[in-house]
Amino acid sequence: MDLGPYAAFILAAYGIAALVVAALVAWVLIDNAAQRRMLRDLEARGVSRRSDERKAAS
Amino acid sequence: MPLIDLANPTRFLNLSGKLLPWLAAATAIAFAVGSVQVAGAPDDYQQGATAKIMFVHVPNAWLAMFVWVVMSAAALGTLVWRHPLADVAAKAAAPLGAAFTFIALVTGSLWGRPMWGTYWVWDARLTSVLVLFLMYLGLIALWRTVDDPSRAGRAAAILTLVGAINLPIIKFSVDWWNTLHQPASVFRAGGPTMSASFLVPLLVMALAFTLLFLTLHLAAMRNEILRRRVRTLQMMQAQSAVGA
Repeated sequence: MDLGPYAAFILAAYGIAALVVAALVAWVLIDNAAQRRMLRDLEARGVSRRSDERKAAS
Repeated sequence: MPLIDLANPTRFLNLSGKLLPWLAAATAIAFAVGSVQVAGAPDDYQQGATAKIMFVHVPNAWLAMFVWVVMSAAALGTLVWRHPLADVAAKAAAPLGAAFTFIALVTGSLWGRPMWGTYWVWDARLTSVLVLFLMYLGLIALWRTVDDPSRAGRAAAILTLVGAINLPIIKFSVDWWNTLHQPASVFRAGGPTMSASFLVPLLVMALAFTLLFLTLHLAAMRNEILRRRVRTLQMMQAQSAVGA
């Protein structure tokens, strides 16, 4: 595919868009792992929500 | 399932957990089809291959405004109906909206340099989109500044609704003022002015980016619900430590 004399501008536009999208996906995945890790740590220390305690008791 | 059932964060987590893999797959397929379409699109008779920047610039410019519309609807949910997930939805959407606006600004700039001879010009369309980007950053900063999520949510909701004034300014800026930016060529009264060889890849890429937004938004909302659970548990832990 010949992108002509302005190929650098076209490739830069697609490259930057791809980088930003990759950063968004990484942010969502890393944040999810961090929140789940903190929840597990708290639950391992015996801290749980009242609704979870009720569920466990029933 | 009645819509009100989704107000329960646990039910939302269950349902969104089932939906996310399908949305992610649909997004990947749409991007794959879009990439083939973009590669096969002809060069423009005036702009040459540079017109290919349109397929990434325009969908992101549309999403930049669409995400603010979603946040405005969520803001109404927070202020009027006090829906428990409304400010979760708004908070999760803001970084995504900022990212789409950033892509629109940068790709527009990279398109402008070879076509207009400049990366930037302070015309009404470019300036109003830059204002939108700054408003996204302001909202993100507001959420980070206020500790209590419900207080931050109400303040952000008011700011979001006030900021919605900028949306018609962005849309009609090219009609109201004499701008370097071209007028609308897809969503206009007389129908699209673009030929199908450009319009079809553009719409497929717009669908792909919209699916990407929906996927990331659901995932970010799930993360925000987990973050609030962590915060609640940390507060309970701190209270029990004080009481002991």
